[in-house]
Amino acid sequence: MLASVLTTNLAILVLAGFIGFVVISKVPNTLHTPLMSGTNAIHGIVLLGGLIVIGLAGNDTFNKVILVIAIMFGTINIVGGFLVTDRMLEMFKSKPKRKDEGTSDGEGDSK
Amino acid sequence: MTGLPLATSWLQSESFIYVLYIIAFALFIQGLRGLAGPTTAVRGNRIAAVGMAIAVVATLLKPSEGEWGLIALGVALGAAVGVPAARNVKMTAMPQMVALFNGVGGGAVFLIAWSEFRRHGSTYGSHTIHIIGNLGTLTITGGAVATYIAVFSVFAAIVGSISFWGSNIAFGKLQEILPGRPITLGPFQQVVNLVLLVLALAAGVDLIAGAHSEALFIGMLVCAALLGNFLVLPIGGADMPVVISLLNAFTGLSAAATGVALNNPALIVAGMIVGASGTILTNLMAVAMNRSIPSIVAGGFGGGGAVAGAEGAGEHAGTVKSVSATDAAIQLAYANKVVIVPGYGMAVAQAQHAVRELTKELEKRGVEVSYAIHPVAGRMPGHMNVLLAEADVPYDQLKEMDDANPEFDRTDVSLVIGANDVTNPAAKNTPSSPIYGMPILEVNNSHSVIVIKRSMNPGFAGIENELYYEPETSMLFGDAKSAVADITAELANI
Repeated sequence: MLASVLTTNLAILVLAGFIGFVVISKVPNTLHTPLMSGTNAIHGIVLLGGLIVIGLAGNDTFNKVILVIAIMFGTINIVGGFLVTDRMLEMFKSKPKRKDEGTSDGEGDSK
Repeated sequence: MTGLPLATSWLQSESFIYVLYIIAFALFIQGLRGLAGPTTAVRGNRIAAVGMAIAVVATLLKPSEGEWGLIALGVALGAAVGVPAARNVKMTAMPQMVALFNGVGGGAVFLIAWSEFRRHGSTYGSHTIHIIGNLGTLTITGGAVATYIAVFSVFAAIVGSISFWGSNIAFGKLQEILPGRPITLGPFQQVVNLVLLVLALAAGVDLIAGAHSEALFIGMLVCAALLGNFLVLPIGGADMPVVISLLNAFTGLSAAATGVALNNPALIVAGMIVGASGTILTNLMAVAMNRSIPSIVAGGFGGGGAVAGAEGAGEHAGTVKSVSATDAAIQLAYANKVVIVPGYGMAVAQAQHAVRELTKELEKRGVEVSYAIHPVAGRMPGHMNVLLAEADVPYDQLKEMDDANPEFDRTDVSLVIGANDVTNPAAKNTPSSPIYGMPILEVNNSHSVIVIKRSMNPGFAGIENELYYEPETSMLFGDAKSAVADITAELANI
């Protein structure tokens, strides 16, 4: 029963790896920087580990300190990663319907 | 037991939390699928962010003990650092930002592993182990299974630590706090790295076998930290795209390992996806430079290349033709088709907006302009594309290498802005060149080439660029931004 939980986790591990390969392979070169910062944000999911474990620190003050730091790191990773990716991807949306200093008319396709 | 006071029991049931995790990682995958194209990408990223929010909320429904104050403190500190950093970073500084975010992820991983070790204390690696996650407590008896958990935890600690320190060094180099050139320990580099790796692994094995020494655990972290430093210090600027991708993969894999150790499927799936992404990118970058990953990690390319470059330099008593901004403007104005080849120099000079202005000016005159982008141009995968997107260059004008190369034959002028090694014909013609075999942008096939460059100094690979001595090439010396602006100004006078 316990072993089955662990083997299930291993199965998830392997399958997730394959899914990752399939999905990521479809991302074009042009979007590799946003891909990298987006996946960066996703590995910020270690935050969950910090959230789960911090309650178990008991009276171990040092443990609490390193876990608060871990939670801080995880949050930086998630929040910063998603925000910066969003900023970047907004730029890739061509043809500005954006109000700010919009690049007038002349736009690319003169041909 | 604890948790939100008003939470009902089904909200805290393990099955419910598990279902939320499944929804969360389904959203990650769906979100990443959106990154297949620029029109769906923004939504994709937001979908992934929603998935993350769900995963966090699911975890907070039932933390093992409600340390709400400390959790709030950590999250507040993280948001206080992360939000302004993400808002204000310049697009040219994106590689170091990504390195930094990657580093903190690795840091969180090894800190969590360390805390797990302290908590398990004497049961770490012993025959009985308690995995206390938020999906129920598993008490495992039996050496093999307990070992299996400890293996993942130790793996997470080592790899997380390497990733943390390596990323910090990469950040330092990209931010130019540290010198960008390779820093090596000389001939002992490989030996030292190997010894550190063996020591870290030996400590890890000992811990897994049940050595209950925290000093040993710290020793293992220190070895991994030193290894992280020594792995990245010798990397030259041009190899940065590979290293950043590799560190990204490391952090992902270490997060997945943490997930196994904590019995948390959300961590496993998210970590593996990042691991896969980082691995794919690392491989692509290495292929685009015609180098093996081990040889890049072994480092010192810039150093070795410089020697070969110095020899090569002697062969070229050839003449370099210099050109003024006015002449460059005339050439461009009367061309039918212009291809712009941007490189790291464009990023350094922040010239992307000036380049866009030039493009607009040319297009007004009916010149067809496109951009040819080498996969390793810049300091991270896709770096140039982001900068040009920032300057509102339409997506369909950006050509990848394989699409761009056949077009050079019918290109009147190739304008190389701050790119060097990726245009060097030596990669095709000179078997003795260190970059021989690396796929390049074949700008030498176009009718004429204008290279904007600050000086004749070789690029990061330290190799003389044969392109500059070709008869059809002319050099426009100067800072990329002002040189491009000068050309644009001259165009207005024609």
